[in-house]
Amino acid sequence: MASSTGESMRFAKHSIERRTSTESIFDKGFYWLTLAMAMAVAALLLWIVLQMTSSAWPAIQQFGVWNFISRTTWDPVQNIYGILPQIYGTLVTSFIALLIAIPVGIGTAIFLTEDFVSEKIRTPIAFAIELIVAVPSVVIGLWGIFVLVPFLRPFFAFLNSTLGWIPLFAGSARGFSLLTLGIVLSLMIVPIIISITRGTLAEIPPELRQGSMALGATRWETLLRVMIPAGLSGIVSSVMLALGRALGETMVAAMLVGNSNRLSASLLDPGSTIASLIASQFGEAGRTQVAALLYAGVILMIMALIVNILAEVIIRKFQNV
Amino acid sequence: MTTIQESLGSSPEVNLERKKSSSKNLFGILMTGLTAVFTLFILVPLFALVFDVARQGLPRLGLQSFTQLPPPPGLTEGCFGNAIVGTLIVLAVAAAFAVPIGVLAAIYLNEFGKGSKIAYWVRFGANVLTGVPAIIAGLFAYTVVVLAMGRFSAFSGGVALAVVMLPIVMRTTEEGLLIVPQEVRQGSLAVGATKFQTISRIVVPAALPTIATAVTLGLARAAGEAAPLLFTALNNNFWSTDLFRPIATLPVLIYFFSIIPYRAQQEIAWAAALVLLGLVLIVSVIARVVTAKRRF
Repeated sequence: MASSTGESMRFAKHSIERRTSTESIFDKGFYWLTLAMAMAVAALLLWIVLQMTSSAWPAIQQFGVWNFISRTTWDPVQNIYGILPQIYGTLVTSFIALLIAIPVGIGTAIFLTEDFVSEKIRTPIAFAIELIVAVPSVVIGLWGIFVLVPFLRPFFAFLNSTLGWIPLFAGSARGFSLLTLGIVLSLMIVPIIISITRGTLAEIPPELRQGSMALGATRWETLLRVMIPAGLSGIVSSVMLALGRALGETMVAAMLVGNSNRLSASLLDPGSTIASLIASQFGEAGRTQVAALLYAGVILMIMALIVNILAEVIIRKFQNV
Repeated sequence: MTTIQESLGSSPEVNLERKKSSSKNLFGILMTGLTAVFTLFILVPLFALVFDVARQGLPRLGLQSFTQLPPPPGLTEGCFGNAIVGTLIVLAVAAAFAVPIGVLAAIYLNEFGKGSKIAYWVRFGANVLTGVPAIIAGLFAYTVVVLAMGRFSAFSGGVALAVVMLPIVMRTTEEGLLIVPQEVRQGSLAVGATKFQTISRIVVPAALPTIATAVTLGLARAAGEAAPLLFTALNNNFWSTDLFRPIATLPVLIYFFSIIPYRAQQEIAWAAALVLLGLVLIVSVIARVVTAKRRF
């Protein structure tokens, strides 16, 4: 008995072969390859930031920072470049988009997480809303030009004739305007707010809701005073991500905002955004103008990076609550 | 001042039910109605868009759409065959960069670097990268590839779209690897397989449907982007399969044809939009169904 065990042990010792060197080289090599690729993804972000900044550097030096962001003329003939109207347009359209998308997004997220209607109706609705993200922005732009703008024009004309004494609604109301872009952007970013807010609301521990209901709060008191405050970090970060998307949206902006370089107080006047400026001017731009456009791109990139990094930090900070 | 107990004791038929017409109930009904209206508010434009694109695009669509060149301004015969070929070529270049890098990076994140500082920062970088506007990806590829080569090209368009695709491919692949149960890996390692063998023969094949989904989702997203291509692949009115020359793509063609005042070009833009929208929606739906069913 004892000898047979010894026999098999000795047998076993011989049967376990050392890994061949090719195998371990493959193993090590594969590890380093995946590591390198992972680092490449992070490095790509840094590379984009450095590359954009260094390409725009001559323009940054030539036009200065304050002059560039405070001037209102974009004149390739005299090489005077200022993007204040574009910064204004970018911020205003994003603000309009958020103004519409935040209440609508949170409301819809509540509609889709509460049991107002049966699951059988809610699931396809949620699915359809998520599909909006997949719709290419040129297609939305095309639809905007030929369907939405003609549809909105009478409403804008009405706004203009009744509230025209307010500078915000003065102007010509031809349809291509900051307000049009803001409305379309709101449709494009609302799915982002809905999907993250839904996820956050669904993850809130049921005890919170039960506790609130047990104290006699109605469903809506519970939602507004317990659920939404508890999910605030998720909602805020979804709003930041949505804002990031709205700031950088290019095709829809170039197709619907009217591409006017004038700074106008009226939301019904055509305007432009940083992205629409780059997209619409790049084709005919000479050397200096390309540099100025790259500079504008750097400013857009910085705005988008700040917003997205904040969103990411908020998500990570409160993820474990 | 009476406590609840006293009031219950003194009047046994105290009514705890809230009146139907109480302000709280009315508020609840109002708010519930409002959320329903908001939901409709989002769905109506979505359906209107799909309906309009189908209505306007279908008349012009046919077999000739895929075989003919776009007409010069003023003429009406023709379609967008070259743009379909161009889109496929640019997407192929993008996938050639984004898929290997994205999948290998995801393998590192889930198989080697779990919980490590590197993984933390790579994920952070990828998430921020997702938020970088597509137009910046285009300008980046312009400065890196177009300026270096001295001309606009299909290749530079592919590079720009690869930047758009990469974080999507990586994060979705990572999710796919995450649902492969730990026991499967342990079993493989226990019978003596190396880490490489375990990953290449067990884990990746098990996660293959999700990896395929990751790639198609990335392609679907990249296929619809016009902004990065304006500065890289540009456009081309003729047939071209040359990687190092400008090339036509569907999104750029839709953009250029929608902003010129020619009826025939606008009709072609609608037809191209229908093809693009149909493709992207079908891919998204299939990807959703595949990942929803995937459970171990």
